[in-house]
Amino acid sequence: MSEQSVGIVTPQQHHFDQPITLACGRVLAEYDLVYETYGELNSDGSNAILICHALSGHHHAAGRYENDNGKPGWWDHYIGPGKPIDSKHFYIVSLNNIGGCHGSTGPTSINPETGKAWQQDFPTLRCRDWVNTQRELMKLLGIGHWAAVIGGSLGGMQAMRWALEYPDEVRHCVVIASAMKLSAQNIAFNEVARQAITSDPHFHDGYYIDHGVIPKQGLRLARMVGHITYLSEDGMGEKFGRALKTGNFTLGNDEEIEFQIESYLRHQGDVFSASFDANTYILMTKALDFFDLAREYNDDPVQAFSHAKCSFFVVSFTSDWRFAPQRSREIVDALIAAKKPVSYAEIEANFGHDAFLIPNERYQNVFSAYMQRIIEECS
Amino acid sequence: MRFDLQLIPQWIQAGAHVLDLGCGNGALLKKLITDKQVVGLGLEIDPDQITACIASGLNVVEQDLNEGLSNFQDQSFDVVVMAHALQTLSSPHLVIDEMLRIGKECIVTFPNFAHWSCRFYLGQQGKMPVSKFMPYSWYDTPNIHFCTVKDFETLCTERDIRILDKAVVGHDSSESTLGRLMPNLFGVTAVYHISR
Repeated sequence: MSEQSVGIVTPQQHHFDQPITLACGRVLAEYDLVYETYGELNSDGSNAILICHALSGHHHAAGRYENDNGKPGWWDHYIGPGKPIDSKHFYIVSLNNIGGCHGSTGPTSINPETGKAWQQDFPTLRCRDWVNTQRELMKLLGIGHWAAVIGGSLGGMQAMRWALEYPDEVRHCVVIASAMKLSAQNIAFNEVARQAITSDPHFHDGYYIDHGVIPKQGLRLARMVGHITYLSEDGMGEKFGRALKTGNFTLGNDEEIEFQIESYLRHQGDVFSASFDANTYILMTKALDFFDLAREYNDDPVQAFSHAKCSFFVVSFTSDWRFAPQRSREIVDALIAAKKPVSYAEIEANFGHDAFLIPNERYQNVFSAYMQRIIEECS
Repeated sequence: MRFDLQLIPQWIQAGAHVLDLGCGNGALLKKLITDKQVVGLGLEIDPDQITACIASGLNVVEQDLNEGLSNFQDQSFDVVVMAHALQTLSSPHLVIDEMLRIGKECIVTFPNFAHWSCRFYLGQQGKMPVSKFMPYSWYDTPNIHFCTVKDFETLCTERDIRILDKAVVGHDSSESTLGRLMPNLFGVTAVYHISR
């Protein structure tokens, strides 16, 4: 185990029995949240950090599970002792959002009213529903305010929503590879993914659990499309090029030919479709599509951000075309116009949208420098 | 700290909103925050300088001045400062226009290419001056638009820019009588406080 890891972690679960009214108007009478924490809460409770996960993320952000030789948490490169989000200094909270499929209440959970899995009947969620349930977890853990709310992609949207909904409870908002709303192209990719799932014969209008099957092929295809958009052309070229996994191009040879990139995408699709719920994927992509930070502020991002009281750190990656640097610059411009403290770094990186998860010296340095400021404020 | 940076605070009101174009490691902003309690924002493109600014607790945004400043609103800052960056810009006159649009007042500092040592170097050696202040070879330098005190004032006249204050820093890094009398000959660095 590397010194730079938070080590062995154990997820925790809490059952919330206070009903919560969702943005769609429906009430979730009770729900569970699964979460992990890293580091210790200090005596004045000033060092708590909330990690908001993206589309396919979950609570396991750092460290490893006992008796599990699998991969470490999804953001292990950035969370841990000596890392930008340093568990020696911060009390880090990472949860699985409601609607998810990793233990928190979602479409695969049992609907107490029917005794059967929710499936397609699970309420439609908006970003603010996650913020509101995250806030219940915050209260449970005895935290009065977050030193920082941090998120990449869809997680960055939650972080921004926090800053506007609960301005007195957020000191810093770290928004990585995100946007104030999705572009039409982005929604289009999400729709292709949803269509791949819903057109799978095993989908059964979303009630596939009742039929004892899963729309694995559809989910696999959805993930493959998504995965292409999370990488960049150059990054893919660098990693896979035209290299072959099997076969060759010798004339007179009829052996099956498979490119490395094909094999990689199939593998990604296989792994994902075996572990992720199709209804959750649909629900999450819809929440992503619906998100529009400034909608309720006369569509004016400056007016929206005028409600925030925290400092902002915004990061984008040059090769990210799904959440392009321009989307982050829009956030920064609105913050400047709203006279809010903001810093912004545009990181040279070849890995597309996925760059926010991958080690990168400059990203690590500037992220650490910003987090160091927060450490100084907490001590 | 460079002497031109030490001259700047006298022209900035306490508590002003200051935008520093090409803020480097943030030394000036830091001084302005300490001495004048300004609310500061820096623009910079060098990754290490950006990290240095953030580490010093400053707000800094990665932005290339050569790609314009149209994302900033009219008269949204009290003062826009640009120290020692004018000569590196592809269109210095347009950036000055933008500074005057964004800021109620502006402060610009630049190396004076008409300083006697430059004239002497060029006159005697017939080569582009290379010095401690301008250490680059002509073919590989960030400084692509050198100007002189006289040139700058001509630009101000042509573009209806008001000069509120000015100063030059001499060779010994201080203001001198000679510099006051003959700034274009004895000023190493010129500092202009302007508005429109």
